[in-house]
Amino acid sequence: MKILVPIKRVPDTDQRVRVADDMLHVETADMPFVVNPFDAIALEEAIRIREARSGDAEVVVIGVGGEEYEQELRTGLAMGADRACVVRCDTELDPWNVACILQQMVGRESPALVLMGKQAVDDDLGQTGPFLASLLQWPQATFASRIELQGEMLTVGRETDRGIETLTLPLPAVVTVDLRLNEPRYASLPSILKARQKQIEHVDVRELGVEIQPRLQVLKMESVFSQRRCQRVSNVDELLERLKAETKIL
Amino acid sequence: MRILVIAETDGVGLRQGSRSAVQFAREVAAKNGAELQLLVIGYDQRAVAEQVAAYGPVLLADAPTLEHPIAERYATVIAQAANNTHASLICAAATTYAKDVLVRAAGLLGGTMATEVVGHEWSGDKLLLRRPMYAGAVTATVTLSGPFPTVTVRSSAYPAAEPLPAPEPVTAIDVDANLIPVTTQYGGLASKANTRPDVTEARIVVSGGRAFKTTEEFEQYVGALADRLHGAAGTSRVLVDAGIVPNELQVGQTGKIVAPELYIALGISGAVQHLAGMKNSKVIVAINNDPDAPIFEVADYGLVADVREAVPELLDKLA
Ligand SMILES: Cc1cc2nc3c(=O)[nH]c(=O)nc-3n(C[C@H](O)[C@H](O)[C@H](O)COP(=O)(O)OP(=O)(O)OC[C@H]3O[C@@H](n4cnc5c(N)ncnc54)[C@H](O)[C@@H]3O)c2cc1C
Repeated sequence: MKILVPIKRVPDTDQRVRVADDMLHVETADMPFVVNPFDAIALEEAIRIREARSGDAEVVVIGVGGEEYEQELRTGLAMGADRACVVRCDTELDPWNVACILQQMVGRESPALVLMGKQAVDDDLGQTGPFLASLLQWPQATFASRIELQGEMLTVGRETDRGIETLTLPLPAVVTVDLRLNEPRYASLPSILKARQKQIEHVDVRELGVEIQPRLQVLKMESVFSQRRCQRVSNVDELLERLKAETKIL
Repeated sequence: MRILVIAETDGVGLRQGSRSAVQFAREVAAKNGAELQLLVIGYDQRAVAEQVAAYGPVLLADAPTLEHPIAERYATVIAQAANNTHASLICAAATTYAKDVLVRAAGLLGGTMATEVVGHEWSGDKLLLRRPMYAGAVTATVTLSGPFPTVTVRSSAYPAAEPLPAPEPVTAIDVDANLIPVTTQYGGLASKANTRPDVTEARIVVSGGRAFKTTEEFEQYVGALADRLHGAAGTSRVLVDAGIVPNELQVGQTGKIVAPELYIALGISGAVQHLAGMKNSKVIVAINNDPDAPIFEVADYGLVADVREAVPELLDKLA
């Protein structure tokens, strides 16, 4: 079976992001980038599925964007992906555009399963997975914290606002993953070195015949700063006094 | 023009989060004169729909195949209803329900969607939407262009709509079972019996972080203080990852977004991902034994103390 794992390049989650002077982007100079943490979890799960099948699965990571994607795709190869492919595209993309591009890549690759992050931690939109599932008319399971594959059937535990929901769905399917699914492995030094030797396949977005029409357009970005002044209190009595005097809550 | 609000119900009536979506829809309608309709989906939901009708006219899609919120089924119903009513805007509360079902529906309708909206304004007759990015470090103003614009709104950003003076009618819509994909099967919902209100619906939220090592300890301190204040108990990611607290209590960028009147953070460091979920609370109290913990930067009142001493004292003095 083949498993497709789309990965997005995002600023490292422990970095403070700042809005650039154009007020349309964030400052990227000197910004370290990583594989979107949720996508790393999806890739880890794909590799574990392959391992559970004694290697009988092919894991393909796909990035959509510019030349700089090579770094994250090599991270994917070093973690254990079999192949990596970048769809080269220099225009800005929204989740709908990415889903349309991935739909074409699914057509080319014919995977049985697309595993992806439930959201990207840069735009926090959480749309690409269900959009792709709707375009393919495949069943979907979002926010997976447990995935079991038996033959052609998936059993997925989903983290919802009300608790863990279980779904069973047939392949092919799109599954988006949540934090509790697994802890992604670190690539070992030998596998990082080996990944450097591997070819990254290139597809020009124009080959795919996808019309890039923006649905969601960012008009302006602004940095958010905390307006609060913390008043330190020295003990519980003072805390309660101040809360009672200055707020109407207690 | 028609605005379709996807109603999330709880077996009795409209959930509080959906009332915020109604509020957003009413504000948009007040400007552009659109008619508002609520869509209730489920099985044997007539009585629930009658309750929902307190907030506006209801379309009811009621069929055995719709007993559980399975994305393929519900998205198909939403897309049909949007087409049939020529909806000019579709909206719902940003819950895991909408993040699953409504995003798929928006995909069926052409992919015009903004999630997690916290504000809106008008530029002429164009609707501009504000939404956080980068765990709330940035607020973006966005606009949608394409078929069937769809929006999820944070209930922390819009007040819950008030019921109308008199209920509106409920109209059943046809559900063509042949058009509904039934490949995915529902296997049940496992939730820990929670006697407390949901973190997104409570006036007061008491959250505990890594300072608490076991479920018993979490209950003894965080749970007890939440109960004393008639509030909800919340947590940070680490205690959910460790299996100490169920996931539905996680507050943050990838958990629930809350804005209660009072948020008390106990032994939580204040990572940006946690702040993203609670920094718009009206009053924030932080108790932490590290005077340099970043949580103090977003708090109104800070107490440097061991939670194991401060919480029992609080319980005592609030008795
Ligand atoms: C992709 C991604 C998504 C994430 N999503 C979320 C999310 O949605 N929500 C979330 O919360 N986190 C999220 N995180 C995790 C986040 O980065 C932090 O790791 C987490 O919030 C830390 O939790 P904590 O504050 O409980 O623990 P810590 O950071 O370990 O802080 C514990 C604090 O407790 C204090 N403390 C310890 N003992 C005591 C005591 N006895 N008395 C008083 N104080 C004490 C310490 O001084 C410290 O400040 C996410 C991370 C990533 C990468």
